[in-house]
Amino acid sequence: MTMQIAPETPLPASEPTRSLLARMIDSDLWFSFTRSWVTIIAAAVTLLLILAAVFAPVIATNNPLDLQTLNLMDGSKPPVWMPDGEWRFPFGTDQQGRCVYSSILYGMRISLIVGFLGVLLAATIGIVLGLVAGYFGGRIDAVIMRAADVQLTFPPILLALLIDGTMRAIVGGAKSEALVFWVLVVSIGLAFWVQYARTVRGSTLVERNKDYVQAARLIGLSKSTILFRHVLPNVMGPVMVIATINLALAIITEATLSFLGVGLPPTEPSLGTLISVGNQFLFSGEWWGVIFPGLTLALLVLAVNLLGDWLRDALNPKLQ
Amino acid sequence: MLAFIIRRMAQSVVVLLTVALIAFALFRFVGDPTQQMVSQDTSVEERMQIRKDLGLDDPVPLQFLRFIGNAARFEFGVSYQNKQPVSKLIAERFPATMELALASAFIALFAGIPMGVYTGLYPNGVLSKLFQMVSLIGVSLPTFLIGILLIFVFSVSLGWLPSFGRQGVVKLGSWSTSFLTLEGWRSIILPAITLSLFQMTLIMRLVRSEMLEVMRTEYIRFARARGLKPHSIHFRHALKNTLIPVITITGLQLGALIAFSIITETVFQWPGMGLLFLQAVQTVDIPIMAAYLLLIAAMFVTINLAVDLLYSAVDPRIRITGGAA
Repeated sequence: MTMQIAPETPLPASEPTRSLLARMIDSDLWFSFTRSWVTIIAAAVTLLLILAAVFAPVIATNNPLDLQTLNLMDGSKPPVWMPDGEWRFPFGTDQQGRCVYSSILYGMRISLIVGFLGVLLAATIGIVLGLVAGYFGGRIDAVIMRAADVQLTFPPILLALLIDGTMRAIVGGAKSEALVFWVLVVSIGLAFWVQYARTVRGSTLVERNKDYVQAARLIGLSKSTILFRHVLPNVMGPVMVIATINLALAIITEATLSFLGVGLPPTEPSLGTLISVGNQFLFSGEWWGVIFPGLTLALLVLAVNLLGDWLRDALNPKLQ
Repeated sequence: MLAFIIRRMAQSVVVLLTVALIAFALFRFVGDPTQQMVSQDTSVEERMQIRKDLGLDDPVPLQFLRFIGNAARFEFGVSYQNKQPVSKLIAERFPATMELALASAFIALFAGIPMGVYTGLYPNGVLSKLFQMVSLIGVSLPTFLIGILLIFVFSVSLGWLPSFGRQGVVKLGSWSTSFLTLEGWRSIILPAITLSLFQMTLIMRLVRSEMLEVMRTEYIRFARARGLKPHSIHFRHALKNTLIPVITITGLQLGALIAFSIITETVFQWPGMGLLFLQAVQTVDIPIMAAYLLLIAAMFVTINLAVDLLYSAVDPRIRITGGAA
């Protein structure tokens, strides 16, 4: 390969370089966005919750992870509008005096991080396998797609639970918190890759016979360059839709695993862990420890779901 | 046809063998199976003898074959935690899970189909919008949260129904049922509703979209032209034709119900297989985990195989695409 010509891929003939914002406002997607008030509210709620999670240390009234600031005398306080409530703890406190409002902000952070990383991993696995299967075909395609078929017959949340359980058995239970975090991410990633792989494979099958791929092959580009620099950008559209819908599922999965006690430990609580801990005190009448994290989780998932539904319909050529 | 059946069955066997391999690897390489059987005073020679008696000195492929042989006879050894045979533990828990799944499937069908028919017939009605809202919430709320909310409303606040456990159980031979007493019914209502909500949403959406499609067809228009009563058109002509996919999905979802019962059983402390499995995961009780893994895999593979074979019998086109792949 000494004679390989250095391939200076010409930029695709793009539209005149207008500002990103101007192009966005002109697009069909933006138009359909402004037509649906449900979507606008969902986007606003999602953005608000993500911002709240990012700026948790600023807008929280306490730091629930700092054990030194906890005071048992503040334990089991009700929300602020009930008798005995205090402004320091807007949504009340748990048995140990941990502020529920602040815990929710920090918990949402962890829920979102695990969700995003899980989706990222699932998408990466799915895209790579889908590209390889679609581009090379033959036996490797058959193996990957049969595996995908088989996995598709199991509900992803069950798979995540089984993978999580298996990995926990291998790493020896909840010995290390950092490890548990990654076990969760990997469980979600392995449980959700199939959809991406199937979609990407389908688009790759179409793309691989197009002229630009033939041309790239002709000038001697390596297979990985063709796949990742040329084919990949053209199959990413549907992937973004799946990723949005999957984010809601990933957050639910993480919350479920944490609630079942095989996810994140109480020392590093996500929304699911908070609900699980609060659930133990539901019968003593302390409903705020469950209801507020639960509502936050429901709101987050509902908003992301609505966004995903809209994105799917807006990008679906059949509906236009 | 025969080739299709054989290929499809071979695929199922491969899946089961793969799961068995994972279960075996768990069993054999995670932790030491002999650790539970020896005390501190056990000498090295005795330990070696135990290992030899258990066949742990044999080549690994031979051990795997023996594991499969035992699994086929449903012998998975003794639980680390309960010190009881795993097969006995699972057999005890099996009726609880099955009854829960059946009750849920019932609720899902008998609430989901009417709601789907209604929203399909009157897509813009006020009630339809309400049903759609409920279905969106059913999809968005995680199962465990629905369970907690139901407990909060009906057990803690109103005090109408028990919040956990399986009461009023009657023994019928080796099967224990909670369908024969009022207490039993009262204790199964909340878990069954919790478990059914997701499937109910699914069935409702399915019936709705099928109804919307069917109502546009020629034969419905012709039935109208003949002057048939709307009731007769909706239920005798339209609904009948939407039911085939519904039955299929319900069949397929029975496996999902059993799987999702892990979550519901944990929320309601329902003494079924799911709760057993979850406790096993928390305590790394590998014999139970391995058995449950294989059981669930076998269940899913069987259900899917049955559905596929039934389908190929009904619709020959599936066999052709199966042959091309």
